[in-house]
Amino acid sequence: MPGDLKREAIAIAVVTGALILVLPLIIGTYTLTVLAVYGMLGLSLGLIWGFGGILCFGQAAFFGLGAYAYAISAINIGESTIPMLLAVLVPAVFAVLLGAMMFYGRLNDVYLGVITLVVTLILFKVINSTAGPQYMIGNARLGGFNGIPGFQTLNVPGKPDAYIWGDSYFYVCAVLLGFVYLLVTVLLRSSFGRIAVGIRENEVRMSLMGYDVRARKTVMFAIGAAIAGLAGGLFANWAEIVTPNLFSLSQSAEIIIWCIVGGLGTRLGPVLGAAGLAYLKFLLGQQALVDNALVTGLILVLFVLLLPKGVVPALSGLWRVSVGRRPPGRIRRRRRSRHRERLHG
Amino acid sequence: MDLYVVVLVEMLYGVASLILISAGLAIVFGMIKVINLAHGEFMMMGGYATITAVNLGVNVFVAMLLIAPVVVGLIGLVVERLVIRHLYGRLIDTMLATWGLSLFFIGLATMVFGNTTTGISTPIPGFAIGDYQVNGYNFFIIVVSALLLVAMLAVLKGTRAGLVARGTMQRPDMAAALGYSPDRVYMATFFCGSALSGLAGAILAPLVGLVPTSGGAYIAKAFITVIAGGPSLVAGLFASAGFFGAVNQIFTFAISPVIGEVALLVAAVVLLRILPQGVTGTFFKGRL
Repeated sequence: MPGDLKREAIAIAVVTGALILVLPLIIGTYTLTVLAVYGMLGLSLGLIWGFGGILCFGQAAFFGLGAYAYAISAINIGESTIPMLLAVLVPAVFAVLLGAMMFYGRLNDVYLGVITLVVTLILFKVINSTAGPQYMIGNARLGGFNGIPGFQTLNVPGKPDAYIWGDSYFYVCAVLLGFVYLLVTVLLRSSFGRIAVGIRENEVRMSLMGYDVRARKTVMFAIGAAIAGLAGGLFANWAEIVTPNLFSLSQSAEIIIWCIVGGLGTRLGPVLGAAGLAYLKFLLGQQALVDNALVTGLILVLFVLLLPKGVVPALSGLWRVSVGRRPPGRIRRRRRSRHRERLHG
Repeated sequence: MDLYVVVLVEMLYGVASLILISAGLAIVFGMIKVINLAHGEFMMMGGYATITAVNLGVNVFVAMLLIAPVVVGLIGLVVERLVIRHLYGRLIDTMLATWGLSLFFIGLATMVFGNTTTGISTPIPGFAIGDYQVNGYNFFIIVVSALLLVAMLAVLKGTRAGLVARGTMQRPDMAAALGYSPDRVYMATFFCGSALSGLAGAILAPLVGLVPTSGGAYIAKAFITVIAGGPSLVAGLFASAGFFGAVNQIFTFAISPVIGEVALLVAAVVLLRILPQGVTGTFFKGRL
């Protein structure tokens, strides 16, 4: 396996490097930066939903928390290294608390959806109502609906005057996306990742085998939140303002749509889905004929009805059937998994 | 003394509006196990149907109580035939598809009506209790909600159609064997649920400025009320709406409206953590 992993790591590095060199020739780096950030956000939900089986309707909560943690601490500290770490840590800690509350209560499916949705709403309502000078954290005014503008943006660690912006900021985001992608790959290949997939497939069986399902789900949830928080911090740097809209339901909906369209149970799907749909939205925003929400909604409905697996699994299936050689072991393995489904489905 | 009366009225109003907001969703979820996340947009369309009808010169009560439910019910019928029908039994998929529908309808309403606030004035004047001014329209909402609950019970318990619907809900194969098409029953149920959503949106329309994204304000409340209510349709709706409405209004009066909203949401999280099967999953088991 380690040899396999090394090959995959090299492949990820090569593809990331090639994309970083080629894409700026086609699309502006300002747009590309946000596509990379959204790709990371999509990956965070793709990890916990596609591999952990946790459907979180409030991934935007962690995204927003990361952005706010960054903005507030950047104003107070005036340098961006610690705020960036906080953007990862704060959502992760929040997710541990929230996840522990849900998973140790053995909540599942719809109830998980309701609670994550409600928590996102609470954050939205609370932040939204903090207009006025009495709501301060350190030197940072929370600003209610207007959000927080004018914080220190990303700088070279230790040098608050050396800002990273423009093209170089895109390179930072893209490399970070490649790095997170690699981390997710390593995680999924570790025993933790494989047990997480086992939990997704059959929770009761895994707990009977002696694995602590609740703790593992909580950790998985927190890892997803940490990635979403990192994306939030990067987004704050790109937008140079954070507003309560980061917590909005439509933001959560969008992340879910990215995953569905891209393909659940893959790593590439959510990233591609996020970047592709965000770019589509950007293009649609330049015309006034059709409303943006109409198209996004239609895409979601059509995908759920016609292609619930998503683009990436469908394409790779097509590839395998038409051109790829079928390794002899695969057929047998698939049949066995179908048998398992019949037993426990 | 007057203050207590006012608080009591407000509390009843809080409960009543929650019942009104959630009834359509509760029917669709309770009977056919579909969570319609486009529920808020159905309400929004009910509001627009009312306002359009009133602007065309129709009597406001006819528009609210007749035109809006029929229009939204028909929209629901189309949605059921085109989308929901293919997804019965796949709870998560229906949630995702209807979430897509909700975005679709927001986009559609924005294109048709524009992204501006519209509204009509309340048709019932306010009056005074002692030193306090009370909105007369609140009483109308309380009465409508009470009638709605009674009507739901009466239809489900007392009529042939209700009996068939309940039977199909429990054993679709048996119902089919006895000659009732489950497909038809589901269709009719979804029509009724959508019509109720339209009614709710229409009745609340005079109280709010209507924009295409208005539905978002309702869906979360309706969603948690229905889920927290649990499997029993009417009893669950009444119990959870009563609880959440009371919590909301108590905190609204004690601190502020925002805290009231937040308290409602926190109460929902705590309630679901303690009673994950909903209120009627533990108490009033087997009631309707």
